[in-house]
Amino acid sequence: MITPRPAHLQPRYDVVVVGGGPAGLAAAVGARESGAERVLVIDREPEAGGILQQCIHPGFGLHHFGEELTGPEYAQRAIVQTLEHDVDVLSSAYVLDVATDRRLKVTSRDHGVAFLDAGAVVLAMGARERTRGAIRIPGDRPAGVMTAGFAQKLVNLGGVLPGRRAVILGSGDIGLIMARRLVLEGVEVEGVYELMPHANGLNRNIVQCLHDYDIPLHLSTTVVHVHGGERVQKVTVAPVDDAYRPDLGRARDVPCDTLLVSIGLIPDNELAHRLGLRLDPVTTGPVVTSTMETTRDGVFACGNVVHIHDLVDYVSQESMLAGRGAGAYATGTPTPPDNVRLTPGENVRYCVPPTITTDREHTVYMRVSKPMAPCTLHLGDVYQRPLRYVFPGEMVTLKVRPRFLEGFHGGSLTVSIVPREEGGSA
Amino acid sequence: MSEERRDDGREAADARVDVDHHVSHYLCIGCPLGCRLEVEEEAGEIVEIRGQSCKKGEVFARQEHTDPRRVVTTTVAIDGGLWSRLPVKTAGDVPKGAVVDVCRLLHELRLEAPVTIGQVVAADVLGTGVDVVASRDMPRA
Repeated sequence: MITPRPAHLQPRYDVVVVGGGPAGLAAAVGARESGAERVLVIDREPEAGGILQQCIHPGFGLHHFGEELTGPEYAQRAIVQTLEHDVDVLSSAYVLDVATDRRLKVTSRDHGVAFLDAGAVVLAMGARERTRGAIRIPGDRPAGVMTAGFAQKLVNLGGVLPGRRAVILGSGDIGLIMARRLVLEGVEVEGVYELMPHANGLNRNIVQCLHDYDIPLHLSTTVVHVHGGERVQKVTVAPVDDAYRPDLGRARDVPCDTLLVSIGLIPDNELAHRLGLRLDPVTTGPVVTSTMETTRDGVFACGNVVHIHDLVDYVSQESMLAGRGAGAYATGTPTPPDNVRLTPGENVRYCVPPTITTDREHTVYMRVSKPMAPCTLHLGDVYQRPLRYVFPGEMVTLKVRPRFLEGFHGGSLTVSIVPREEGGSA
Repeated sequence: MSEERRDDGREAADARVDVDHHVSHYLCIGCPLGCRLEVEEEAGEIVEIRGQSCKKGEVFARQEHTDPRRVVTTTVAIDGGLWSRLPVKTAGDVPKGAVVDVCRLLHELRLEAPVTIGQVVAADVLGTGVDVVASRDMPRA
């Protein structure tokens, strides 16, 4: 699905959305729904849809569209919906800078360098993959070392195989998905290595991507050296102890020509830095309000730029909210300021948004630091909910309804997840 | 999946050669708990499913044990579009044992843009009764 590019750029838009992935597309729809008339999405790629276009596997859309879709199917629905809302999508374009008065410097294939003024801006640039450099794997620097997502783009969009025999470091879902993908394309996958004592990806992917193809998963093991001149020739792997220190005495060499790393995502926040936005040290994304507004007036943020999501469905929902906030801001509709702070307590790493209001319903996303089952989620002492389990890899969502906060007049609520004694049978 | 003979010592040496009686192991995919499921079979009949902590586990174990099925997603070569590969999927699940052969067959195809989402790329693939369909539009670039 190639999005039609606008023939002319306006000097001023009500809302400009930076990024045409699922976050940006949903934000644009949200902005239109809340009254913004001229809405522009700017995207780097030749077509909108973001990373979904290369995620050809199923598992998307159950929450947002009510059926299971592949990534490209989800992307196409999101693009169609956006175009139906009379949003302009400028692809093959790049935002070089956003000034604090919301003037954007944009370069594009069709229009060269242009300056646009925006009533409100939504940052929806998504995330980048952590690379080999992020974990400093020692050794040579040959060709053949790449992120799992880049290999996915090569294979699924470009029709190019990354190599003939691959080792995968990291058991995140992208790594597991790529293990299966490479096998189905005729590449030998020697194994998946994971530093932690447990797998990071979904059990569904452990079963359907590794077990189905007899690909071994080596836990508490990491790559300690890359060998090769022009091209990777082998990697050295070694088991690690409880403090993640490799035991080089038990190291072994694995011949391969490709090393894929699947070791996490980081919010892509170059523009947030340029705008001087306050960033959350835990998420590394911008601090936002309950309307997803950053610490700069009229600048909103949503999706993986704010915090790493595990389901695109939640990205779409959060981004609709950001778009509505941006549309309301641009059309001069005031939003009441937040009056309750959510403070992360036991086993809660962060809450997004970190502040809410007492007058309407809010969806709060949070991530835990360690697995627990069964447990109870406490919102201060105003509300609690039993949970069967929590896992660091699975975001916890909490709907905070106004009735929870009736009679609450404090300024802060501690959100915590604590173990629960279970009386009856499991 | 690893399989092991039942060896509970009940019938001493005879149990070890009782090929009609064995336990298969599965990792439940229903949620992050990842229950280790056991399916005990006797003379080709499931006699007990153990290890699940909810109904999902039992349903999954039974399905995986008797008729494991998968939706296949892969890409097909395409000329004249924005990208050189078209993502495709089986419109329903196919037997797990057919997945590799379905991919092998699809690798032989070469399409020409334009293609629209849902368009059948290979009908009744390998006689499974399931069509392979395009999972996006690919207009002519």
